Amino acid sequence: MTKRPGISDWNRPKHIDDYFVGPRFSAGHLAAGNAGWRTFRPLVDLEKCRGCYRCYLVCPDGVISKKDGKIEIDLDFCKGCGLCAYECSFEAIEMIKEAEA
Amino acid sequence: MVAEKLFISGNDAVAMGARLARPQVISAYPITPQTIVVERLSEMVEDGSLKAEFMHVESEHSAISAAMGASAIGARAFTATSSQGLLYMAEGLYYAAGGRFPIVMMNANRSLALPWSIYGDQSDSLSQLNSGWIQVYVEDAQEVLDMVIQAYRIAENPAVLTPFMVNLDGFILTHTYEPVSIPDQAKVDEFLPPFSTPNKMSFEKPMSMGMVTTPMDNLEYKFQQNKAILDSVPVIEEVDAEYAKMFGRKYGGLVEQYRCDEAEVLLVTLGSVTGTARVVVDQMRNEGKPVGLLKVRYMRPFPTELVATVCSKARRVGIVDKDISFGYEGTLFTNVNSALTTLENPPRTFNFICGMGGRDVSKENIREMFSRILEDSSSKLPDRVQFVGMKVSTDERK
Repeated sequence: MTKRPGISDWNRPKHIDDYFVGPRFSAGHLAAGNAGWRTFRPLVDLEKCRGCYRCYLVCPDGVISKKDGKIEIDLDFCKGCGLCAYECSFEAIEMIKEAEA
Repeated sequence: MVAEKLFISGNDAVAMGARLARPQVISAYPITPQTIVVERLSEMVEDGSLKAEFMHVESEHSAISAAMGASAIGARAFTATSSQGLLYMAEGLYYAAGGRFPIVMMNANRSLALPWSIYGDQSDSLSQLNSGWIQVYVEDAQEVLDMVIQAYRIAENPAVLTPFMVNLDGFILTHTYEPVSIPDQAKVDEFLPPFSTPNKMSFEKPMSMGMVTTPMDNLEYKFQQNKAILDSVPVIEEVDAEYAKMFGRKYGGLVEQYRCDEAEVLLVTLGSVTGTARVVVDQMRNEGKPVGLLKVRYMRPFPTELVATVCSKARRVGIVDKDISFGYEGTLFTNVNSALTTLENPPRTFNFICGMGGRDVSKENIREMFSRILEDSSSKLPDRVQFVGMKVSTDERK
């Protein structure tokens, strides 16, 4: 499973004093998913996946995690760069158009 | 106990003031005329009289960046620069202010290239007024030592948390030797407790710092930053009063008035030129001329109300600028004029551009400024912006 923290509740400040002093916040806080502008997304064929974790190593966003000896991709934060599909030696990952997903 | 008095330069006074404030990190890059500050501080770290990490950074951009990192983990940070160095760290100045890191920096006021010049004027720091730093300008070596200590008290106040730039005129102050009272370390410790910040980056309480905002929140952060500098006004006044009580020297907070009572004509000055102007005011008062002097100490926060109140009683006000915004006027002039718009009947103001690139501003120059605006009101008005101390004619050639 991914180790990233879940998307937390975020109450918009109502008063200027509700803001932190300066643009800072406690770490490990995610206010929203951030993949809305992705054009292609990875589609994993778990039959073909051998669990080599090469994709896990190269993913620039760290959204690939290990699951049951194979992989799982966190699509909330995947930016759709396609590096995982490019690097996979077993053609287990295919990039498909978001519109067709 | 009688305070120790030493015969030292303005740069020495900066270094000794910094040592008394016990910074834990110093990151600085040498540049004329600030170099001696960096040399002295590194010697103090070397001889053990200052227990600080001295970071030999490779540029001013790195100097301010390292100071921010130190401040972010809760360390008191000091840096120093001048002129081109200040411009080179300009990006970081805005970061330090927006990030609310209460760093204290000495800036030796020096001309900006081109033409290249190592000598003094105030173009460098005045070009950075919008960077979000508190800016004070001092008149002598004693004031700079005292202000480095006061700067931390003001900058680190939880209502302020804003970086602080202490400006002193290059060479005129940095390299001139004067008798300076050195406060007792124990008393400074009492005046200036160790730095603590609610925004400390630590393993116990990890933080994201220096974050991005969307248009949803950006304006609020700018409002917050502006409010913090405005809220520093009462803090500056309290700290000035408390310093006076403990160390016997009072500077008057945002401005100092010198013989402004019943003055019909005022000069407004910034920095060391004030000292020369005091002498001229005394002389002219003895001659029965109704002149006075307003020393602006803080450019940010700008003393809007004080400037307006003091100037409201004068008929004419001359503003002395050792800088110019090309195609317009001097920066102090712009700021003073803006403050005067709060008055129903503002006095007429005139701008004197002088002292650039190290040109001396003499008593004769100051007297000339006064006499140019002392003229009878029925005569033709002087030019709004005038250069003083030019060595050549600028009249149109026949």
